[in-house]
Amino acid sequence: MFENLLFNYEEAAAIILFGIGFTMLLFHQNLIKKLIGMNIMDTGVFLFLASMGYIEGRKPPIIVDGVTDPARYINPVPAGLVLTGIVVSVSVTAVMLSLTIRLYKRYHTLNLDEIYTLSVHSMEDR
Amino acid sequence: MDIIRNFPLMTIILSLFSGSLCFVLKGKTARYYTIFFEIFLLVVCGAILWYTVTTGTSVTYPMGEFPAPWGNEIRAGILEALLATLFMLIMIVSVLAGYSFIDMDLDESKVNLYYAILNLMTSSLMAILWTNDLFSGYVFLEILTLTSCGSLIVREIGRTTLAAVRYMILNLLGSGLFLLGVVLLYDLTGHLLMVPMQQTIAEMAQDPRLFMVLTLSTGVLTVGLSIKSGLFPFHFWMPDSYGWSTPTSASILSSLVSKAYIVLLIKVIYRAIGLEVFEKMPIRNLFLVLGIMGMVIGSIQAMHADNINRMVAFSSAAQVGYIFMGMGLGGPAGYTAAIFHIMAHAVTKSMLFLTTPRLAEVAGDSLLFNKLQASALKNQDAGFFFLVGSMSMIGIPLFAGFSSKLQFALAGVESGSHAKLISVILALAASSLLNAIYFMRTLIRIYSVPNGPGRKVIVRTRHRLDYNAPMAVLVALNLFLGLFSWVAIDLIGRGLEMFG
Repeated sequence: MFENLLFNYEEAAAIILFGIGFTMLLFHQNLIKKLIGMNIMDTGVFLFLASMGYIEGRKPPIIVDGVTDPARYINPVPAGLVLTGIVVSVSVTAVMLSLTIRLYKRYHTLNLDEIYTLSVHSMEDR
Repeated sequence: MDIIRNFPLMTIILSLFSGSLCFVLKGKTARYYTIFFEIFLLVVCGAILWYTVTTGTSVTYPMGEFPAPWGNEIRAGILEALLATLFMLIMIVSVLAGYSFIDMDLDESKVNLYYAILNLMTSSLMAILWTNDLFSGYVFLEILTLTSCGSLIVREIGRTTLAAVRYMILNLLGSGLFLLGVVLLYDLTGHLLMVPMQQTIAEMAQDPRLFMVLTLSTGVLTVGLSIKSGLFPFHFWMPDSYGWSTPTSASILSSLVSKAYIVLLIKVIYRAIGLEVFEKMPIRNLFLVLGIMGMVIGSIQAMHADNINRMVAFSSAAQVGYIFMGMGLGGPAGYTAAIFHIMAHAVTKSMLFLTTPRLAEVAGDSLLFNKLQASALKNQDAGFFFLVGSMSMIGIPLFAGFSSKLQFALAGVESGSHAKLISVILALAASSLLNAIYFMRTLIRIYSVPNGPGRKVIVRTRHRLDYNAPMAVLVALNLFLGLFSWVAIDLIGRGLEMFG
């Protein structure tokens, strides 16, 4: 079982990265570190996709010499998925950063626990 | 009727276009435009529903006309069309009954942006309902997350921003897991379209080693979607998010957005994994256990809330528990009950979230229970709608809540296991009792007259038709689902058959 892990080291690394990012996003109290964690998590998935799509010894799927045999080319779909995923990840990061700036301007801290305590005491109850 | 084939895609594209259009419109124009556009979408979804019900076939639209295993597909069956129609109806009602609060909570120059967000949200809701492709599902899931976060932060007080950040963090964890699950399933099967994936999975599930890997991948995906929909123990973001946002957002988020994730999950289970294979996986029992725990603990937390919106929000967490319990019971009966509850809960919860701010308005702008005394007497219309919503939540016959509880009990009987039946009946009883306690307590509070000098100063406010008419639609829908539940059950049953 473990020799497969060594053989698929790219996938293993991807899952480890995903785990690191996931834990950071979940447990870190600092908003910026949470965001870094989210990006690491997404990168892990992209690495997984990219390594999955590439097959050693094959060419990119652009037909130049008239060879249409699919066994000669790599799978282009994962690369497309990675690109889409990157776009999604960038936009989410942008929104989260803008929210972070807004919170920082109001509470002058990036620690989520402290922000929570401050906001509860600020009595904005309707 | 070849033109119907284009309708599902049209709803998505036109909503995206409307979103961009609202950016350049003025606030009021954007509101009128959005309302008319959503009524148009309601008609379109109604047409799809009518077509699928009368012909008994689903509508498939291959994007770019690429055939099945390669292209990206959009597919509309009875179930999707039914839910889309209901979702549009609730969207319209939420905007109509809550726009005065939008004008109040938002800066005047930003009102059009809110409607832009609503249109984008409609687009992603429609896409999630119609899509037949897992990765498109992921992309629109993220758009839905971003737009729902946008609809939270438009009300610029510190607590909504904090609530939005926590909402986003939880949702990002969920999306990350969902994406990983999709990628793992793609790695295993080589397909992103759901139907070819199901065929491959059915073959792979014969091999016990592959079955284990499949279970793991499905589990990752399922956990992601459960986090996003707010299944216990991931429900703690709900009270802040729903409680501090503008009423239209609270209504849409609780009754449509979190349910859209569950609909996608049901779609994945039915169409991508296959119900038979999924029922062999142990994930189902986890649904049952977490669902029941959510039902009870959500209700207990609702009892302890000191603020009426937080109470209603915690009760949403309990209702998500109901839906997952139905899915845990499994079989067509369990899923029918779950989907019926999605509909019943959407109708009821939007009514409650659109009513509580009206009660707060006459109680000196406070949502706290001790300020709300006699508020239903001051605002009798809102009081009446809250009464109807509460009775449906408790499960009084005639109302939608009763029919859905009945469906869960029936699904428990059909599950064929005594342990499951007993635990479901006990959970239903406990949850109904807790619901009754906290809703009754609230009703007594808002309908009772304070002693002392406050007694004489009950000034009554009446609403105009623009609030009462949409709310009356919700009451009618609630009664319809309660009295004629068999119509919906029959449609859901046929829709589920077509779904697989």
